[in-house]
Amino acid sequence: MSLTSYVLRRLFYVIPVILGVCFLIFIIFSVVSPDPTISMLGKHATKAQVLELREALGLNKPLYIQYFDIVKSAFTFDFGRSWSTKQEIFEMIKQGAIPSMTITFPAFFLSVLLSVSISLFVAFYRGTFLDKGVVFVCVALMSISSLVYILVGQWFFAFKLGLFEISGYEEGFPDVVPYVLLPIIIIIILSVGPDVRFYRTVMLDEIYQDYVRTARSKGLSERKIMFKHVLKNAMVSIITYVVLRIPFLILGSLLIESFFGIPGLGGMTLKAVNSSDFPVIKAMAVLSGIATILFNVITDVLYVVVDPRVKLN
Amino acid sequence: MATNEQESKSLWHHAWDSLMSDRTTVIAMSIVLIYSVVALLSSTGLIVSDWSKEVGPSYAPPSSEFLFGLDIFGRSVFAKTVKATEIAMSVGLVTGILTVLIGVTLGSIAGYYGGKVDEVLVWFYTTVSSIPGIMLLISIAFIVGKGLLAVYLSLGLTSWTGLFRLIRGEFIRHKDREYVQAATAIGGGDFRKIFKHILPNVFHIVIINFSLQFQFAIKSEVILSYLGLGVQGVPSWGTMINDAKLELARGNWWQLAAATAAMMVVVLAFNILGDSLRDALDPKLKGK
Repeated sequence: MSLTSYVLRRLFYVIPVILGVCFLIFIIFSVVSPDPTISMLGKHATKAQVLELREALGLNKPLYIQYFDIVKSAFTFDFGRSWSTKQEIFEMIKQGAIPSMTITFPAFFLSVLLSVSISLFVAFYRGTFLDKGVVFVCVALMSISSLVYILVGQWFFAFKLGLFEISGYEEGFPDVVPYVLLPIIIIIILSVGPDVRFYRTVMLDEIYQDYVRTARSKGLSERKIMFKHVLKNAMVSIITYVVLRIPFLILGSLLIESFFGIPGLGGMTLKAVNSSDFPVIKAMAVLSGIATILFNVITDVLYVVVDPRVKLN
Repeated sequence: MATNEQESKSLWHHAWDSLMSDRTTVIAMSIVLIYSVVALLSSTGLIVSDWSKEVGPSYAPPSSEFLFGLDIFGRSVFAKTVKATEIAMSVGLVTGILTVLIGVTLGSIAGYYGGKVDEVLVWFYTTVSSIPGIMLLISIAFIVGKGLLAVYLSLGLTSWTGLFRLIRGEFIRHKDREYVQAATAIGGGDFRKIFKHILPNVFHIVIINFSLQFQFAIKSEVILSYLGLGVQGVPSWGTMINDAKLELARGNWWQLAAATAAMMVVVLAFNILGDSLRDALDPKLKGK
């Protein structure tokens, strides 16, 4: 099978999954969720008011049309307008994506760089006290709630020490730095634990392979083996792991954005949840679903391209 | 010559020995045991049943009288932290069981039967795992409403995908093995082969996953509390950490510290236990 036909086949398989994601969102928001008009109008709304609002919001449409609308939005990206701000949702998403990525992209690159370096280092010293210590610190870091990092970071480093802005956002390059620095550091701390553990396992899997023994018997230095052989082979797993994280970079971080007052997509989603703004929540769920599906395909294709051993089946 | 009475050790026996020989693992197990006992005692009302009593002034800092300080209503933070163990352990246990039930059932059916059944289940799995966990979590909690039930269901219904994938893979590997063929030959039905023959051989995956799910659920409860979808009326570490949002600005750090420390210890213990279980039970890792 050629690569093109493999890619086409993978893309074809995407369609039922997108329909499935839309169906799940449809079930959640159009079938089983509590009537949003009640929370929008308050307890004392009259029946006529409720009916009127339901009509205006399109909640009285037949169910199959509501499902069809979600599917349509998945392909046209026309999500309609927000119930609370009345803005075009697609415009809101375009605006929110930039602040989100201003935080997630630097955090992502730095944390990958840091985690891969640390894991190479501990894999080199595997089994020693140093290795065990680093793994323990990773697990310990993972055992603290992400909310605690945010709360303590904001209170201690921004409020008490005044090293960063407590919350807010400013557009333009130099102005934005004091606002995004702390969120970036927090994301790095949050991802270093699980990442180092994962990369370390990947590298240890490689270290026990036959080719490493061959390299060693040729008389190569341990350093050369680590950087030239192990890292190269571990790259396959590292790339797949890294690529699958990209959709989440665009989505932004719900908690961090809402705590630091960053006008990104995560904060927007959270606001929509709190105000029962269904179209916005639905749009974000559809978009993130599609992004995840597509990046899954990209990962699979990359896998084939990078590793000639993977058979196309 | 070996005598017949000397039975060879089973996988579980070996695993138990290897767990017990590691000091860190024993400590982790003891911590889990202590937390479980505390949760049990508190749910039966034997300890800290008076956690909601006002014992002193609002926001009294930690002192010899009030060990962990007091909260806004003058309640003991120590009693609240202990009481919250009950919620944390029940959230871990219930969502762990839900995850196992869904993941194992669907995973074994998909892997064992294959074909169209497998395709449909894999489609369902791909669909659910395509929506980012936090979005799904919020959506489900939204439907069920606030409270403990929402926490159980939203975590249980979203976390089964990892276990499904593992169990399905193992069933595919196992279903054509000789011992399953032997079971077929003596007339064993599908149900019997799935549960009596194959499942015990892949059960170590369930145990490892359960241990990791347990700590994931405890951590997620904090996020749900922050989103306003968490437990109401009884203290939980999530609500305590969430309360600190307003308290920290006034310098009241003790509630945050107590809840974080209590949570960190048990989550760390479960993480270590999960890793040790993997080392002890996964034969592929033997000798590494």
